[in-house]
Amino acid sequence: MDQAIIVSFVLSVMTASTPLLLAATGELVTEKSGVLNLGVEGMMLVGAIVGFATTVHTGSAWLGVLAALFAGMAMALIFAILTLTFLANQVATGLALTIFGTGLSALVGSSYVGTAVEALPKVLFGQDALVYLSLLAVFAVAWFLRRSHRGLVLRAVGDSHDAAHAIGYPVILIRYAATLFGGAMCGLAGAYMSLAYSTSWAENMTAGRGWIALALVVFATWRPVWLLVGAYLFGGIMYGSLAIQAAGAINLFGYPLVVPSQLVSALPYLATIAVLVVISRDRVKIRLNAPACLGRPFHAAG
Amino acid sequence: MIGQAGGDTAIGARVPLLSLSGIVKQFPGCLANDRVDLTVLPGEIHALLGENGAGKSTLVKIIYGVLKPDQGEIHWQGQPVIVQNPNHARRLGIGMVFQHFSLFEALTVVENIALGLADAADRKGLHGRIAEISKAYGLHLDPDKAVHDLSVGERQRIEIVRCLLQKPKLLIMDEPTSVLTPQEVERLFETLRRLAHEGCAILYISHKLEEIRALCERATIMRLGKVVAHCDPRKETAKHLAELMIGTELKAASHHARSEANGGPRLAVKDLSLKSEQQFGTDLKAISFAVKGGEILGIGGIAGNGQAELMAALSGEMLAARPDTIAIDDIAVGRMGPRERRGLGSCFVPEERNGHGAVRDMSLSENAFLSGNVRQVLSRNGLINAGKTAGFAGDVIKSFDVRTTGPAAEARSLSGGNLQKFIVGREVKQSPKVLVVSQPTWGVDAGAATAIHQALIDLADKGAAVIVISQDLDEIFSLADRIAVIAEGKLSQAIPIAEASIEQIGLLMGGTQGTPAGPVGANSGARHAAPA
Amino acid sequence: MLLRLEPRGQRSRLWTYASPVLALALTVVTSAIIFAVLGKDPLQSLHVFLVSPLISATGLPELFVKAAPLILIGVGLSLGFRANVWNIGAEGQYTLGAIFAGGLALRFPEAPGLVLIPAMMVLGVLGGMSWAAIPAYLRVRWNANEILTSLMLTYVAQLLLIYLVTGPWRDPEGYGFPQTALFSSNATPPILVEATRVHLGVLVAFLVAIVGWIVLTRSVIGFQLRVLGQAPRAARFAGFSQDKLIWLSLMAGGGLAGLAGMFEVAGPIGQLTPAISPGYGFTAIIVAFLGRLHPIGVIFGGLILALSYLGGEAAQIDLGMPNAVTGIFQGVLLFFLLACDVLILYRLRGPKPSLAGGA
Repeated sequence: MDQAIIVSFVLSVMTASTPLLLAATGELVTEKSGVLNLGVEGMMLVGAIVGFATTVHTGSAWLGVLAALFAGMAMALIFAILTLTFLANQVATGLALTIFGTGLSALVGSSYVGTAVEALPKVLFGQDALVYLSLLAVFAVAWFLRRSHRGLVLRAVGDSHDAAHAIGYPVILIRYAATLFGGAMCGLAGAYMSLAYSTSWAENMTAGRGWIALALVVFATWRPVWLLVGAYLFGGIMYGSLAIQAAGAINLFGYPLVVPSQLVSALPYLATIAVLVVISRDRVKIRLNAPACLGRPFHAAG
Repeated sequence: MIGQAGGDTAIGARVPLLSLSGIVKQFPGCLANDRVDLTVLPGEIHALLGENGAGKSTLVKIIYGVLKPDQGEIHWQGQPVIVQNPNHARRLGIGMVFQHFSLFEALTVVENIALGLADAADRKGLHGRIAEISKAYGLHLDPDKAVHDLSVGERQRIEIVRCLLQKPKLLIMDEPTSVLTPQEVERLFETLRRLAHEGCAILYISHKLEEIRALCERATIMRLGKVVAHCDPRKETAKHLAELMIGTELKAASHHARSEANGGPRLAVKDLSLKSEQQFGTDLKAISFAVKGGEILGIGGIAGNGQAELMAALSGEMLAARPDTIAIDDIAVGRMGPRERRGLGSCFVPEERNGHGAVRDMSLSENAFLSGNVRQVLSRNGLINAGKTAGFAGDVIKSFDVRTTGPAAEARSLSGGNLQKFIVGREVKQSPKVLVVSQPTWGVDAGAATAIHQALIDLADKGAAVIVISQDLDEIFSLADRIAVIAEGKLSQAIPIAEASIEQIGLLMGGTQGTPAGPVGANSGARHAAPA
Repeated sequence: MLLRLEPRGQRSRLWTYASPVLALALTVVTSAIIFAVLGKDPLQSLHVFLVSPLISATGLPELFVKAAPLILIGVGLSLGFRANVWNIGAEGQYTLGAIFAGGLALRFPEAPGLVLIPAMMVLGVLGGMSWAAIPAYLRVRWNANEILTSLMLTYVAQLLLIYLVTGPWRDPEGYGFPQTALFSSNATPPILVEATRVHLGVLVAFLVAIVGWIVLTRSVIGFQLRVLGQAPRAARFAGFSQDKLIWLSLMAGGGLAGLAGMFEVAGPIGQLTPAISPGYGFTAIIVAFLGRLHPIGVIFGGLILALSYLGGEAAQIDLGMPNAVTGIFQGVLLFFLLACDVLILYRLRGPKPSLAGGA
């Protein structure tokens, strides 16, 4: 009996964590290059509806996933053009992307409410391929950043875009690539929500997961493997808070403890703030963790 | 005295490694290089000596391919060559370690070096090669350490190792010791001597006379874009080198004879030590001086020796450790901010007009309010008195002949000279008891410069204590009653202008006089070759 | 790139004011296209979306009611943004203001309105300020980025609200719905214009905008904020305390957002529920940008974005479209505004004649 419960628990947590992991991995790469894209929620929602709609019309969930990937990239492209070429404020643009994406997905999705599709086929241990893809992606990104020369250049661009430019690296181009990758991953995360996690569409169905993914990147101090830990931690908390809400109270060593599920849900955000404070207080230390050029626009001098 | 070092082999027997002849480079308003000749022999340690603005940086940028000369020829290993860009220079075998190098803080030593090598082939076995070179040349570096953990001296080693990896025949070092401790300087010298011994020539740019005498075999001395001398620094006295560097034809002191300043000091600084906030900044070390009312003290020195930090400490932008470190009219102000110091009668003109002394996008009125609020009482109950502020600004504009449409004009619309007149005027018009100005006439046309100088003299005549921090010795000699020199964060004794000799000043600027308390005149020639 | 951006060397005054107008025009055109793509008549849809809310009987007053919270929050944000302090958490500060004020209203429903309303206003401000104090403290003391901290706190605030309305503050006679009891009439701000919902908060919003304008342009503090944002070194030279100004910016933004929260729950909504804001805190950021970070501009920005809310509702009723159209309009407007703003500092030029390539 216990083993079945544990297995079911682990599988449920994996399902809850996968969209977080996918989106956060993409955003991590974007931020490592020095770009802060707050539009994750919007990109995920657009990915979700595009994926869903494509699946409905083509009958193939995989085509849906692919379409979602491109939809995410398209959204990221809007962001990239505004911030990298037009040098617009990254925070404002990211927010605009979220507001726009939320509205666009709701608009397009209005005619799909109530439709159901077949979920992505399960491949291994009752999980579909995207779950394994998310794990693969984390390790691939970790390898890319740590061990490949291109990854090194990306990190350099995020650390000091002026020095990277002086050496001769194409800063803007690299940032475009990183931003589009982030968008693609967010699109995939959205597709997971509408094609695997739940097999229907509802307005605003990501329910703030995009913001949690942003928090995750900070929580993991921009390191991919910690992203994995954080995603499963946050995913577990999200799943746990639902369970607590249902149960009403948790039994701690036999004493019923009434913990508001909202408090549990708030933990990821509070934890992120705590981590942020810890890494920020030392001006030297923050330089090591957060990409030093995060959010700063790049002007090629002269 | 002047000529090639006679020492070892006859000139004709050795083909010069690098030979520049007749190099000319003109910038708008400035002839940076005026028919410069330079010859560097293989394996030679050659100094390039001169003050700021002498043309050293420009010349070196031409050698490294960053700039192209307007006229003149470059011969490398006997062949004429045009250096297209730094990549080309590196392929020829020229390496350069810049004065202000930029590294990626969050990345390791290996990663930083790898980033500079575009070719994947160059990056093979990098880890091992770095370890090898650092061991071979005594440049200890842990390839896996992150840059932010390293001292400035260790960071410089990264730059040197990066150059050495490409097996240069000529290594150019631009003011390398300005950020090093004395021990690090010694280690650097050992490395350079070893390199030279192995046949790599060193072109060593510096203004530090003792170091040049300790390290270099030959020197080319530049002044105002021209080469004024070649010599063997080991055979020259520091005094003579200083003379050559600064030039003996300095304008005779043209300051006004002023009535003897009397009374106690209006500004007294005692034992001011401060750590710089900048990465390439200079820490202040036990600076002490006092200025009386009616007196102008000139503080000279080469850029980057602590002037910015001193200015910040005097204005209150950086606080001293103890309140009594700085005193205005005997009141301890060391821990007070700029507004309180203004209230007590002290005003300041920082080095940088744009973004520091004035805000470009704001009107002259608003800029007048920036520093004038306290002493001119330009606000009441938290609201700006627009009329009074505009009046004050208009006053400054009129008195200082600032060419502009009026107080409502934006600061950015003014020429450099006019904006500087406005800023200086803004401070002078507040009738301060103490005025500290840094680089008062930098980038300013002659007419404005004269007006500013007169304003400073007039202010002193009214009884204020004026401190002028400047890199322009002519300016100091025409204004100041006494002169002190700041070098490496230390301030020399202040001596009356009439008694100051050019050689003395040059030596002080070159950092050769050791402790500030050293008696004037007693040490020239008595110093040994140990680094400062 | 085909087009090049050439720096002008100075801010173009023309484009500072023309940019929002151009952005608005482009947004209207884009909206028309979107309507067409969805199979609706573009001109009719634009009419429903942008014009009909203004001409209906309750239209204009409703516009002001909707604009009030946007203006209140927008003014606070515009002051902070001028100083380069990025308060992205206004939504959370709004929520806390609503909670504080709502809590008072629920506790003392019988207190006389003349005492209760001002007290609720004070508590609303305090609630918002206390929530903004967290990112302020974390920034000043620990150098933590206020964008991320204030953003995280919006979610915590929302969760706190949900907890209160589903738990301790739930209306016992509410049939189990997550909401508090309705506030008493004493706790409801008076209506200023008969037969409309224009309440005291609307007047307060306009007064705040005027005060904000005076503070920004004529007060010493406003000057300090502006200098800090434009030239931090000059601010230091002048002796302005950066820490003090950061606190001030966040307190002002938070306090005004909290006040907006109070007026919304006490007025139009009348109780605390999980859905007390259709994203006012975030939309107010757009309002601030549209208004060129100027309190008077914020009034216009607030009215335009209020129109987008009303238009969305109208589109839902008259055209059968989801009121998500509001979000699209707002997002697209900000996109175009950010894009057009580039013309303030740069000129558009054709491709560079060969020579060395470069960014």
